[in-house]
Amino acid sequence: MTELLTQDQIDTFITRAVALAHPREMVIDVLRAIQDQNGWLPDEGVELAARILGIPVIQVEEVATFYDKLYRQPVGRKVIHVCDSICCWSRGGEELYGWLQEQLGIAPGGTTVDGAFTLLPTCCLGACGEAPAMMIGFTTYGDLTPEKVETILEQERKT
Amino acid sequence: MSYPQILFKNRRPGETVFLDGYRKSGGYQGLAKALKTMTPAEVRELVKASGLRGRGGAGFPTGLKWSFFPADTPGEKYLVCNGDEMEPGTYKDRVLLGADPHQLVEGMIISAYALQVPVGYIFIRFAYETCRANLERSIAEAKAAGFLGPDILGSGFSFELHVHGSAGRYICGEETALLNGLEGKRPNPRSKPPFPAVRGLFDKPTTVNNVETLANVQHIVTGGADWFQGLAATEKGAGTKLYGLSGHLEKTPCLELPLGTSVREIIEVHGGGVWKGRKFKACLPGGASTPYLNAAHLDTPLDFEGPEVVGSRLGTAGVTVFDETTCMVRATLNLNRFFARESCGWCTPCRDGLPYVSWLLEKIESGAGTIDDIENLRGQIRNINGRSFCALAMGAMGPVESLLRLFEEEVLDHIKQGGCPFQP
Ligand SMILES: Cc1cc2nc3c(=O)[nH]c(=O)nc-3n(C[C@H](O)[C@H](O)[C@H](O)COP(=O)(O)O)c2cc1C
Ligand code: SF4
Ligand code: FES
Repeated sequence: MTELLTQDQIDTFITRAVALAHPREMVIDVLRAIQDQNGWLPDEGVELAARILGIPVIQVEEVATFYDKLYRQPVGRKVIHVCDSICCWSRGGEELYGWLQEQLGIAPGGTTVDGAFTLLPTCCLGACGEAPAMMIGFTTYGDLTPEKVETILEQERKT
Repeated sequence: MSYPQILFKNRRPGETVFLDGYRKSGGYQGLAKALKTMTPAEVRELVKASGLRGRGGAGFPTGLKWSFFPADTPGEKYLVCNGDEMEPGTYKDRVLLGADPHQLVEGMIISAYALQVPVGYIFIRFAYETCRANLERSIAEAKAAGFLGPDILGSGFSFELHVHGSAGRYICGEETALLNGLEGKRPNPRSKPPFPAVRGLFDKPTTVNNVETLANVQHIVTGGADWFQGLAATEKGAGTKLYGLSGHLEKTPCLELPLGTSVREIIEVHGGGVWKGRKFKACLPGGASTPYLNAAHLDTPLDFEGPEVVGSRLGTAGVTVFDETTCMVRATLNLNRFFARESCGWCTPCRDGLPYVSWLLEKIESGAGTIDDIENLRGQIRNINGRSFCALAMGAMGPVESLLRLFEEEVLDHIKQGGCPFQP
């Protein structure tokens, strides 16, 4: 594991926390920074966030276990979230999700053998007019077809 | 057909307008007018007179909501913008913030002035990082131009604005869950009362409004209440509305149309008709939690009253269309699985009831359903409506209730045929 946060990041967060009347409001920021740095959010990350914010570990843990975009298990270098909500469903989202599982050789929740991708479902991405849609990292892709997804995966593998 | 573009005035494909472009199109003139020529009470009165109703799904009159707020009591108070937008079928706020983010910033500054609030937050969902970046840049630009921060335009009024990036979960859009999320607590909803206007963020008086609601405010200040009312297609409506089209249509854009545009016009004109030359079967008029409309309802005006007359709601005005080949049991199962997965788990009717509803729908869809299962579904609707802690579970019952009301024959066919009539 790489370091959870750089010393610089820790210092910046602590400076911000000290200036706030309610430092706890920063918890998502801190957890997301740890995840950005580390790929996922291990228990040590939750403990570090608690130390930075000066709050009990349980108060961080109750947040960390709630949000689906905070990963509490190791994931691949990139997470592919395929939308399985109604508009994408109505335009071939299920078939696309099945196709991706075959293509990547993994079931939902799995990570490819080369460690490049983890595949997860997500609810609506707000790309309903471009259904079916998926998100890789922070990028949303719409109007997907198998051909288009092949090209996207190739590019995402490289960056 | 082209209609006046207010919120989408500056919208160009693939472009975002920032301060220069926004000011060239008249941006921040509403702010100057409000701060220099109106008292906070006058702004509140104007918003009330305009007939603006909340664009976040519940349609609560904004002026009335603001009248419950202790604007004249000094002290810590907050204005919160709800940019969680996670109801399937809803993507208007994303398009708005992608095109012209300063509108929200200006709307919030004027609203904060009207409510005499010194601090605001914009809550943005995880998937909208681009919107978040647009807002952060707009806030920095507004600060540098003297529209945000201390003593705005020499008026003596000060306002600071923060952006909160979330990490997923539909329930964060429920306003009290959102407040917990902003505080860094587990975002289960809170009990109401006390309402946020009394005890909200950090236990202080708080107003929560949707992105589109707040973005309308400066236009009301510049254009006036009569002008705003005149923008709607219907007598009772006021303003334009952002409609997000999706599902089985030839075209699925997000459009600004007069509030109260009919379902038929939206589908046939703006959506280019049902795709593949097929027939219309049903639509969700305003997101995943709104009861279906069917072909008999095509002339319904999509304002706040229209859908209610036929048993549904305007919701978020995300219109999702289903063609004649759609199995409504499967569509409802998809919707219900969404709600079951996004349940925050706090109360039993929702946590346990929604998975049971999914199980019943699956059973019917697979052909193993019996007549009793329909009664079971009705029982669940009765158990869940009015008994859940927040409106998520009640919203989940919208599609289920309307499935049984409008498509009972189709549900019965599944049972009689021992399988899905749409799966050969
Ligand atoms: C489960 C649930 C999710 C919601 N999600 C949103 C949302 O994403 N955005 C929003 O503005 N309102 C959402 N609402 C409605 C808010 O609770 C609240 O009514 C709204 O933000 C008020 O703003 P308005 O009066 O401007 O519409 C949601 C409500 C529920 C019950
Ligand atoms: S209705 Fe569902 S989402 Fe709302 S409080 Fe109960 S469990 Fe949570
Ligand atoms: S339903 Fe898939 S992006 Fe909205």
